[in-house]
Amino acid sequence: MRRLGFLLTFAGIVAAWQGLVSVTGVAPYILPGPLAVGRALVLHAGALLGHAATTAAEIALGLGLGTGLGFASAVAIGYLRPARRWLMPLLVVSQAVPVFAIAPLLVLWLGYGMVSKVAMATLIIYFPIATSFIDGLRRTEPGWLDLARTMTAGRPGAAWACFRHIRIHAGLPALASGVRLGAAIAPIGAIIGEWVGSNAGLGYLMLHANARMKVDLMFAALAVLAVLAVALFVAVDATCRRLLHWLPEGLPTEARTDWEEQR
Amino acid sequence: MDAPRGPRSLAVVPAVGIRVVGATLTYRGDIVFRDLAVDFDPGLTSCLLGPSGVGKSSLLRMIAGLAPSGGRVMGSDGGPLAGRIAYMDQRDLLLPWLRVIDNVTLGSRLRGTRADRPAARALLERVGLQGNAADYPRTLSGGMRQRVALARTLMEDRPVVLMDEPFSALDALTRLRLQDLSAELLAGRTVVMVTHDPFEALRLADRIYVLSGRPAELGEALLIPNYPPRDPTAGGLAALHHELLDRLKAADAGSEPERRPAARRHAAGAP
Repeated sequence: MRRLGFLLTFAGIVAAWQGLVSVTGVAPYILPGPLAVGRALVLHAGALLGHAATTAAEIALGLGLGTGLGFASAVAIGYLRPARRWLMPLLVVSQAVPVFAIAPLLVLWLGYGMVSKVAMATLIIYFPIATSFIDGLRRTEPGWLDLARTMTAGRPGAAWACFRHIRIHAGLPALASGVRLGAAIAPIGAIIGEWVGSNAGLGYLMLHANARMKVDLMFAALAVLAVLAVALFVAVDATCRRLLHWLPEGLPTEARTDWEEQR
Repeated sequence: MDAPRGPRSLAVVPAVGIRVVGATLTYRGDIVFRDLAVDFDPGLTSCLLGPSGVGKSSLLRMIAGLAPSGGRVMGSDGGPLAGRIAYMDQRDLLLPWLRVIDNVTLGSRLRGTRADRPAARALLERVGLQGNAADYPRTLSGGMRQRVALARTLMEDRPVVLMDEPFSALDALTRLRLQDLSAELLAGRTVVMVTHDPFEALRLADRIYVLSGRPAELGEALLIPNYPPRDPTAGGLAALHHELLDRLKAADAGSEPERRPAARRHAAGAP
C-alpha cells in the first residue's frame, strides 16, 4: 500500500514535469521533458552504466574506509585517555575545514583517478561516523559496567574486557546511525571529487554533458545517481537493522527510578 | 517447620562472611554514614532495611567494590572480597545482544575463560527456562529476565552474593516464586540483600538490619529462626513482624526532619 502510494506520487511528479515542459514550451537545453530524459537513458545506457559503476565503487570504498577509520578512532578515543587528547582536536579540525575546500588538493596529490574520490568520500563521512560512535561508547548503561566490574574484579585486563564485551556492543546502535548518515552523504564526496577533476564517473559525465548542452544526458546521469544513492542507503539501512536485530523495540525504560527516589 | 540442617549445607563453595570496618560515605558534603562497622555472618542471609536515601544501596555498592569505602571491607577470613562476589541488581541488566545462555555465562566471557555451558543449561533448568537458552532478552517477560539474572548470579558460583532489591520490579506472584527459588538456590552462601519490603525480609533473612539516622547507624540484628523461605503469616513470626515494623517506624521518624525539605521542593516544583 505504501509502495503504491509512493509510485503514484512519483508518477504524479513526472506527469507534472512533462505537463510543464509541454505547456510552457521551454527550450530542451534548459529543461528537457521526462520523455527526452528517458530517451537519453536508453540511448546512452552503456556509458551511463560504466560511469555509474565507477561512482558506485568510489562511494562503496569511501563508505567502507570511512567506517573503518571512524570505528578505529572512536575505539582509540573511547578507550585510551591520551588518545582522547591527541585525536579529538584532529577530529574537530577535520570537520572545521570543509572537504570541498581541499578537494583540489586531493586531486593534485592523488591524481585524476578513483583514489582522490575515495579519499573525498572517506573524509566527508569520517567525522559523523566517529562522533556518533564516540557518543555511543560513552553512553553505556552504568549498571552493565558495574556488573562487569564485579565479575572481573582483581583480574588483569579487566578494563579492556569490559570495553570489548560491553561498551563496544552497547555503542553499535549509535555507530549504525553514523553509518546510515554516512551512506546518505558519501555520494556528495564522490561527486564533488569527480567535478574537481576526473575522467570517469557520473559527476564527470554530468559536467561533460553540461558543457555540450546535452542537458537530457545530464538529467539521465542525475537520475542514475539518485537511484544509486537511494539503493545504497536502503541496503545499508537493511544491513544495520539485520545486525542489530537484538535491539528492544522502543526505548528501554532503564533509568534508575527505585522507590527511594520516587517517594 | 523445623527443617533439618541438610539443605543449607549443600553449598559447593566454602562460606565466607563479610567484615566492614570504618565505612564512611559523604554525599554532597553531607555525611551519610561514618565509621560504620558490621559483620555479616558466613552462610547466612542478611537483609538491610531502612528509610529512603539512608544509604542502604551505597553500603552494598561499597561491599561490592563499586564505591570507595573510606574504611575497610574484607572477608571474615581477612582476605579481600574482590573476585568472591556476585552482584544482582533490581534491574536484570541482561545484555540485549547476547542470547540467554550467553548472558548466563557472561562472567567467563569477560574473564576470557571457557564457558561451562552444561552447567549454565542446568541452572537455566533450575529457574525453569531450559527452553529459552537460545532466545534474546527482548523476547522475555520481566519475570523471566530476572530469572535469567538469578541464573547468571548463581553461575558465578561465588561465596558472597549481594542483591539490591532484586525482586522489587516484579508483580506479587512472580516475586513470591522468585523468592522461594533464590532461597533454595542461594542456601549456604553469604547473602546481603537490600530490600524495602519487611515481608520479603522475614521470608528470606536469617538476620535483619535496619539502617537509620544521619549519619546512619545499623541497629542490632533481628535474628529470625528457621530456614527460609518462610511463611511470614505463620504464628511465630507475627511478633517479629511487629518488632521489625516498630524499628522501621522509629527509623523513619528519625529521618523525618531530613525529608521535609525534599517534600517542599516537590510541592514547589509542581505547577
